Amino acid sequence: MLYREAGQYKTSYQSDQAIFPIAQDRWVVWAFVAFAFLVVPFFVNDYWTNAVLLPLLIYGLAALGLNILVGYCGQISLGTGGFMAVGAYASYKLMTSFPEMNMIIVVLLSGGITAAVGSLFGLPSLRIKGFYLAVATLAAQFFLVWVFNKFGWFYNYSMTGQITAPDREVFGFLLTGPSALPWVKYLFCLTLLAVFALIAKNLVRGRLGRNWMAIRDMDIAAELIGVRPLLTKLSAFAVSSFYIGMAGSLLFSVYLGAVEVGEVFGINVSFLVLFMVIIGGLGSIVGSFLGAAFLVLLPIFLKNFMVDGLGMLPTMAKHVEILLMGLLIIFFLIVEPHGLARLWQITKEKLRMWPFPY
Amino acid sequence: MEFLIETILSGLMAGVMYSLVALGFVLIFKASGIFNFAQGVMCLFAALTFAGIMEKTGLPWPIAFVMTIGVMVFVAWAVERFVLRHLVNQEPIILFMVTIGLAYVLEGVGDILWGSDVKVLDIGLPSGASDYMLDNFNIYVEKLEVFAALIAAVLVGFLAIFFQKTRIGRALRAVADDHQAALSVGISLQTIWVIVWSVAGFVALVAGTLWGAKSGVQFSLSLIALKALPVLILGGFTSIPGAIVGGLIIGVGEKLAEIYVGPFVGGAIENWFAYMLALAFLLVRPQGLFGERIIERV
Repeated sequence: MLYREAGQYKTSYQSDQAIFPIAQDRWVVWAFVAFAFLVVPFFVNDYWTNAVLLPLLIYGLAALGLNILVGYCGQISLGTGGFMAVGAYASYKLMTSFPEMNMIIVVLLSGGITAAVGSLFGLPSLRIKGFYLAVATLAAQFFLVWVFNKFGWFYNYSMTGQITAPDREVFGFLLTGPSALPWVKYLFCLTLLAVFALIAKNLVRGRLGRNWMAIRDMDIAAELIGVRPLLTKLSAFAVSSFYIGMAGSLLFSVYLGAVEVGEVFGINVSFLVLFMVIIGGLGSIVGSFLGAAFLVLLPIFLKNFMVDGLGMLPTMAKHVEILLMGLLIIFFLIVEPHGLARLWQITKEKLRMWPFPY
Repeated sequence: MEFLIETILSGLMAGVMYSLVALGFVLIFKASGIFNFAQGVMCLFAALTFAGIMEKTGLPWPIAFVMTIGVMVFVAWAVERFVLRHLVNQEPIILFMVTIGLAYVLEGVGDILWGSDVKVLDIGLPSGASDYMLDNFNIYVEKLEVFAALIAAVLVGFLAIFFQKTRIGRALRAVADDHQAALSVGISLQTIWVIVWSVAGFVALVAGTLWGAKSGVQFSLSLIALKALPVLILGGFTSIPGAIVGGLIIGVGEKLAEIYVGPFVGGAIENWFAYMLALAFLLVRPQGLFGERIIERV
C-alpha cells in the first residue's frame, strides 16, 4: 500500500538513473542516514561503539571492498587479512613518521599503499583463474603477515612486536589512543563508510563496474568485445585493496589501538570477510553491509544468549558457538545462495504487491 | 653431502604427509567439483574420534579404527543428505563456502564430544631414528616418516586399483568425467557422493592418525589443510599422481629453502614459501603439473 512506484513519473535522465529510483526508498535511506549521523552519536557509549558499531562499520568497509573484487569482478581472494595488515602498518608508519598529518589523509594514504600492494598481488590473476587463484592469493596472506612479523622497521623495532596507535586528532577532536571519545570514533568511521559506499555504488554502475561484471560473467567473451583484462582485473584488485586497506587502517588505529599482526590479521579474517560477502550477497553493495551486520552481531548474540541466558561455561559456549556458526552458514547457503541482499530484494518485490498480490 | 641427502630425505617424508592430506581434496574435487576446505578439519575430527574412542572405552586400536571409519562414513552420509543434496548445480564458490561452514561444524562437534585438550595417539607406530640408516649411511631418518611413506604408497596403490578395476571405481570416474552423462546411464550421483566422501574420510583418518602420532592430536592439526593447498595447486586439483608428486616437490623445496634461503631473510619462511613456489609454478602452467588442460570457449 505504502510502497509503490506507481505515479512517480521520471521526467529527466537524471531522475531515471538515480541510485534509488523509487521515492519511498529514498526517504527510508535518508531517514536511516540521518538517524545514523544525527541521533546515534548522542547515545553511543564505550560498550556500544567497541562491541557493535565500530566492528560493524569497519568490517562493512572491508566487505564492501572484497565484494568489488569477488562479487563484481569474479576474482576469488583469500588475502583480505594480509591486505588489511598492509593498511594497518601503513597507517602506523605514517602516524609515527608524520605526526602532523591529518588522520583522514593517513587513512586515505594507507588505502592507496594497500591498493599498490594489492595490484601487485593481483598480477597472477591475469594467468590463473578460479580456485587456483584463490589458493594463490593465500600466498599474499602468509607472505604479508610474515613480512610484518619479521622486519622490525614496520613496527619501529618495538620490543613486543606490536604496533600501538599514538594519540591523533581530527579537527581538534581526539580520534585515536585510549582516551578518545566513542562518538568521535563512530562518526569518523561512519563518514568514511558513507562516502566510500556512495563512491563504490557509482563505480559499479559506471563503465568500470560494467567492465568488471563483463569479466566476471565470462572473461573470454569480455575480451572479445573489447574489455581489456589487464586493466580491468588490476583496477578491481586496486580498488578492492584500497577499501580493504582503509578498513585495516581503521581497525588498527581507531578500533583496536594495538595490534599483533598474526592474531588480528590472520587467515581467519580473510574467511570472515569472505563469509560476509557471500552471506550478504555477491555483487551487492547493501549486501556487504547486511553480511557484515549478520556476522558481527550473531556471535555477540550467541555468546550473550548461551553464557548469560543458559548459564553455559564460556569454553563450552565457544565450542557451541563455532558449531552454530557453521550450521547457520550452511543453512543460509542452502536456503538462499544469493545471500541476504536477495532476500531483501524479494521482500521489496512482495511489498510492492502488498496487500493485493494479484 | 650427507646433510644434503638427509635434508632431501626428510623433505620427501614431510612431502608424503602433505600428499596424504592433498589426496582427500583431489578425491572429492574429482568426483563432485567441490573444493572441500573441510578436509583438514576432517583429518582432525577423525584423529580426535580415534583417540577419543580409545581413551573413553579402552578398546584396542584396530576396533577403534574400524569404529572411526564407521563414524567417517556417517559423516559422509550426513554431508550428502543434509548439505550437498540441496546444493546441486550451485556455483563452485557457494559449495566452497559450504565446506568452510562444514569445517566449523566438524570442529565444534569434535571439541564438544572429545574436549579440546591435546591428545596422545599411541597405537604402537614406530618412532625415533632408524638405526639401520644411521649405522650404515650415517643419515638420520625418522622411523615414523618411513612408515608414513609406506602407508601412503599402499594407500595410493589401493586407490589406483579401486579406481581402475572395480565397478564402483568406474562409476566414480564416470561421474568425475561428466555428471549428466553418468546420470543418464543410471549411476546414482547421491550414492557416489557418499562413497567419495567416505573414501576421503578414510584418507583423512589415515592422514590424521599419522600426523597425530607425529605431533599429538590438537587443533593445529586442522591447519595442515593449509599446507596441502599449495601441494594441490602445484599438482593440479584433479590428479592423484599430481597430489603425490606435488607433495614431494613442496616437501623438498620447503626444507631446502628453509636451510639455504631462510638464513638470508631471517628464517621462518616455511609458512609462505610453499605458496610462492606453487604460485611461480602456476605462472608457467596455470592448470598445475598434472591438471586437466583448461580449454576455454566462448
